[in-house]
Amino acid sequence: MSAAAERLRDTDIGEPELEARLVDIWKTPRGFFGWLSSVDHQQIALRYIVTAFFFMALAGIGAVLMRLQLATPDAHVLGPDRYDQLFTMHGSTMMFLFAVPIMEAFAVYLVPLMIGTRNVAFPRLNAFGFWLYLFGGLFLWCCFFSNNGPDVGWFSYTPLSLTQYNVGHRADFWAQMITYTEVSGLAVAVEIIVTTFKMRAPGMSLERIPIFVWGSLVTAFMILFAMPSVMVASTMLILDREVNTHFFDVALGGDNILFQHLFWFFGHPEVYFIFIPATAFVSSIIPTFARRPMFGQAAVVLSLIATAFLSFGLWVHHMFVTGLPRLGESFFTASSMAIAVPSGIQIFCWIATLWSGRPVFRTPLLFVLGFIFNFVIGGLTGVMVASVPIDTQVHDTYFVVAHFHYVLIGGSVFPLIAAVYYWFPKVSGRMLSETLGRWNFWIAFVGFNVAFFPMHILGLEGMPRRIYTYSADMPWGPLNFLSTVGAVIFALSFLLLLWNMIRSGLHGEAAGPNPWDGDTLEWATPSPPPPQNFTRIPVVTGAAPVWENREALPVIAGMSAGKREILVSTLTEAEPDVRETSPEPSIWPLFAAIAVGVTFLWSIYTPWAIVYGAIPIAVTLTGWFWPKNTTEDES
Amino acid sequence: MKTRVVLNVAPLPENAFGSRTLTWWGTIAFMSLEGMGFALAAGAYLYLRVLQPSWPMNIPPPDLLPGTLVTILLLISAVPNYFLEHWARAYDIGKVRIGVVVMTLLGIAPLVVRAFEFPALRERWDTDAYGSITWFLLGLHTTHLLTDVGDTIVLAVLLVTRHGEVPKRFTDVSDNAAYWYFVVLSWLPIYFVLYWLPRIG
Repeated sequence: MSAAAERLRDTDIGEPELEARLVDIWKTPRGFFGWLSSVDHQQIALRYIVTAFFFMALAGIGAVLMRLQLATPDAHVLGPDRYDQLFTMHGSTMMFLFAVPIMEAFAVYLVPLMIGTRNVAFPRLNAFGFWLYLFGGLFLWCCFFSNNGPDVGWFSYTPLSLTQYNVGHRADFWAQMITYTEVSGLAVAVEIIVTTFKMRAPGMSLERIPIFVWGSLVTAFMILFAMPSVMVASTMLILDREVNTHFFDVALGGDNILFQHLFWFFGHPEVYFIFIPATAFVSSIIPTFARRPMFGQAAVVLSLIATAFLSFGLWVHHMFVTGLPRLGESFFTASSMAIAVPSGIQIFCWIATLWSGRPVFRTPLLFVLGFIFNFVIGGLTGVMVASVPIDTQVHDTYFVVAHFHYVLIGGSVFPLIAAVYYWFPKVSGRMLSETLGRWNFWIAFVGFNVAFFPMHILGLEGMPRRIYTYSADMPWGPLNFLSTVGAVIFALSFLLLLWNMIRSGLHGEAAGPNPWDGDTLEWATPSPPPPQNFTRIPVVTGAAPVWENREALPVIAGMSAGKREILVSTLTEAEPDVRETSPEPSIWPLFAAIAVGVTFLWSIYTPWAIVYGAIPIAVTLTGWFWPKNTTEDES
Repeated sequence: MKTRVVLNVAPLPENAFGSRTLTWWGTIAFMSLEGMGFALAAGAYLYLRVLQPSWPMNIPPPDLLPGTLVTILLLISAVPNYFLEHWARAYDIGKVRIGVVVMTLLGIAPLVVRAFEFPALRERWDTDAYGSITWFLLGLHTTHLLTDVGDTIVLAVLLVTRHGEVPKRFTDVSDNAAYWYFVVLSWLPIYFVLYWLPRIG
């Protein structure tokens, strides 16, 4: 590129030429190699979302198989070993390969659009994180399909996961999958924090940040401080298994409860890094369909932050039956009940917004209402199991299975599907069918409740978790059959969603930039957004920038029209501060992910892999950071 | 959507240092998550220690000399690190080139002594839980030392190429210096836990 072109500013040319130049500068290069090199947040987020739904489908099929096995007493659909692998794969996949990544993926897609910038803060790290996540997930499922899937539960408790009870490498595969996905999750968390802190459009001071972005930011901070814990746990586990350390070997000074502490110090916040983005979806959708700003916006944001803080103080309620001191049990009971308060505040704010607005009952809002109904049930049983005497009775029974599926599916998947209906028009430029959407909602709502409500009763009747079958003289047959019928209906609702997406993606009604009349900045750009997101960076004048500027959106000028440039702003007031370049597409993040991925995999078989693997990792990381004679690198 | 220009950002600078840049915040975020990893590992040490009637379990506390030497070397390295950061902000390429070479050497020196620290623990990782957690903590910090020294070496080479005098390189040097402070500071509590806690009883 010539020096004159590099210096070109958006003030030097007309709107159509500017737009064409920016598209050319920010687009992903053509061809397969170009596709592999992409650092575009939209493309990488969509890859995350498709991959996460793919893994969800695998884990969902696994769930249906398990339900078919349990539908009748003494069934033979699955044997005990395959059943053990399946429930481990189901939990591990849903938590590590679906729920957390998909929530982060939505943040990767939406945060830059909502705050009015052109990419995430570290686009190559973003690409690296995706590839590592993909390799980790594929690796785990390849292990399963070769009959080597982990079979020790999604939390892989010691001593069951140690070598004396788990020969072969099944638990190692679990532990390394954790490493892959946690590195990826942490990478996204760092990007979201820095993007939100420093790349907000001018004028988007803290109180004007959209609630979804607040939710993503709070979640990113939680990930930052919680995920290292499971990495420490899984690393210690693999070290005990592979190089004979004794972290969890009681005979030589280790302790099994240490593993549980480390796991749940991560595991409980993890529930909330699935739940907080979900509530943030809800708080984005409700004002749009209630036709009014969010009631108690500050209270909702403070509730998100309070939930995040409290979620780090309740991990021990997963360990009530391990024989903890009474004082500890009392403290964690109190904190577990306290976390219901900020969630309650949010629910009241949503109800108040709907109550005082003029609600339009489109499919996204239906899923949101379904969420409120289901989540209240999950929340109530949560308060029940926060109490030590009740938890002791129902621990390891289907009551707990019912509780956490109401929280996780009712509390997160319903808002997620609402978000799919809400933002699909933005991503694809086409509306999803409303008729299919309504069918989708009712089938999902009925199927979900038929599948999971009976499990409360089964649990109270004493049916334990993780049993592959039961005898006919137990009174569990009819409710299990009903639950399986519900699970199949619930699975059908996802097929309907898929069909709706394919059909509407091809033939749906054109959406236009703002089909729902939303108030946040992603609705101020075309659908689908161009690769530069915004041809001119917006200036934010209030909490609802689109509703406040219906005539014309205030924007800035003076940005480069010759290279990838983003605007860095100040932390609290979002005053424009620096014009920084943004990295170009690169193949090196993929090479680095391959080097790291192979090293992790190899290390299952020999610890020397870490030493040998350090060489290609160092080479690829150097390649990644080494300047490439581009305008962005040299300016 | 129609637009109207209300602000011109052309006069803004294209390079900055410290908290005005994205990389600085990214570095802080990585320090936070790695610091959390250190804190959890130290917490695991304390947890295992509480369970044992004597700690270390069957041997005397680790030999103080190599660990103390590493501590002194790391603390000394903070001084040229301070000047290097200062020179980077002044875009003084000559001094920065010398500074990164000095910092490379001051990164390698504690690594050499670190090789004697592992034997000074007096026990292998596979002897008992004490050996496991002490090797784990020391290994965790060594990984940080290694990666930052590697990063500093790459920067030192980059600075003598034609890419060296680009303003962004000076910001890279500044951010690398900030990370080195983290490597130094994170060692101090680990040094205390590994070498002094067993002596306190």
